[in-house]
Amino acid sequence: MSGAVRVWVDRDRCCGAGNCVVTAPEVFDQDDADGLVLLRRADPPADAVDRVRLAVELCPAGAISVAPRPVPERSSTP
Amino acid sequence: MTIAAPTDLPLWPPTNLDRDPLVPLDAGERRRFAGPVTRVRLPTDATAWLVTRHADVKQMLRHPGFSADLSRPGFPLLRRIPPGAFGDRRGGFLRMDGAEHARLRRMLTAEFMIRNVRRIEPLIRQTVDRALDDLHAAGPPADLVTHVALPVPSMVICHLLGVPYADHDFFQERSRTLIDRDAPPERVQRHVRELRDYLHRLVEAKVAAGEPADDLLSRLARDRVDTGQLAVDELVGMAVLLLIAGHETTANMIGLSTLLLLRHPARYAALRDDAANADGLVDELLRYLSIVRAGLPRLTTEDVEIGGRLIRAGEGAIAVLSLANRDRTAFDRPDDFDPYRAAQQHVAFGFGVHQCIGQPLARAELRIALVELARRFPRLRPAATAGRLPTRDSSVVYGLDALPVTW
Ligand code: HEM
Ligand code: SF4
Repeated sequence: MSGAVRVWVDRDRCCGAGNCVVTAPEVFDQDDADGLVLLRRADPPADAVDRVRLAVELCPAGAISVAPRPVPERSSTP
Repeated sequence: MTIAAPTDLPLWPPTNLDRDPLVPLDAGERRRFAGPVTRVRLPTDATAWLVTRHADVKQMLRHPGFSADLSRPGFPLLRRIPPGAFGDRRGGFLRMDGAEHARLRRMLTAEFMIRNVRRIEPLIRQTVDRALDDLHAAGPPADLVTHVALPVPSMVICHLLGVPYADHDFFQERSRTLIDRDAPPERVQRHVRELRDYLHRLVEAKVAAGEPADDLLSRLARDRVDTGQLAVDELVGMAVLLLIAGHETTANMIGLSTLLLLRHPARYAALRDDAANADGLVDELLRYLSIVRAGLPRLTTEDVEIGGRLIRAGEGAIAVLSLANRDRTAFDRPDDFDPYRAAQQHVAFGFGVHQCIGQPLARAELRIALVELARRFPRLRPAATAGRLPTRDSSVVYGLDALPVTW
């Protein structure tokens, strides 16, 4: 199931190889100053979710994690 | 502590001059080594565990319990280094762990990120064009390694670092010694020293220059050395590492890739007509050729279980990238060369915190060199030569010494 996800990056782990930026450029970026990962958005659009999951696999440093995005608190679940 | 290697253990890496250059290991060797975790004997008589499955290699290279520091006692060396003969290792972060490694690597990550590599693509293209002019003028027939594969990455890295390309004979010979498993230890030590002395003089001059030039070493001299964050000797070690890693590897990839493409004329033609897929093709070449064929050696600092095998603290392990890249659980029909497969999961650049920092540069160099070659030389083919192609079998980075071509 490829539902909505939330993304985290851990800049302390990142080694700047940039695989994530190639894989999902709308979600990941690299800092001009130190080359480490920057998150453009923590809530990737639906058509990027599979590529974000691939970026998790490709990240050599284990610096990216994803989890299913919970339903926003105020909205009631049917 | 050290247990003598039982002589019945298979020897790694295997020497086999009859193997086809495009085949990392032949069928017999694969049966012997594809364990998935096999105990082997190294040329230094040490023993080590070979780790060969894709998932296991990734787990191993990402695990903090494996050290890359070859000066640790018990490190699985492929070449004998007399005790105390490691020389000046400052700045050589390829062989450092943890915070020490991260501190130096992070001073370089921004330099090699994709955005900055895109900026220098025109320079790469120009370098490739000139090398192809050179090839054209020299033949047919002419040697592709001498005229294209070697000079392109070498000129590019010299330009980036701010090292005079005119000195390439000097550092090419020395870097080759450093990655040759069969080079005598005295020669290795002398060549490391000479390379360091050479780059030391260059770095000192850059530090002393009032107006910094626009190259990587000058920038680091200004931003890191002048500010007291980096010692000159560390910058020298980083320069040695970049200079060696930056040209030998890509040069070997260009040579072997050309050989492979010339054996698949339709693929070679497609490179010209479908340049949009060149990125995919480059990843598949990296996977298929896996030029770091001796694998990546590490020493465990704690007990670790890999591939169902307990590797004890203090034991050596080698991640065999070429076998991981031909693992059928990760790649369908792994022995087929297929430029249209999704090959990005390959580990030709390693994995974990040491994963190749120069990969965006290497990918761009390969793509541009191969696409331009196919455009300019549509009728390229191997020149008829007697006997087999000269290969670098004892080097930790495999490649061709020559590739005579005609058109
Ligand atoms: C196709 C060409 C290349 C291949 C196959 C390749 C392969 C590798 C591999 C396998 C590693 C990991 C070593 C380990 O974990 O022990 C590595 C590291 C490294 N590579 Fe490359 N490389 C290539 C091109 C380049 C280029 C062009 C540069 C230029 C800057 C470069 C610079 C480095 C550096 C500095 C490291 C050490 C990174 C670290 O320890 O953090 N490489 N390379
Ligand atoms: S792939 Fe991982 S290590 Fe590389 S830049 Fe992205 S987060 Fe950092």
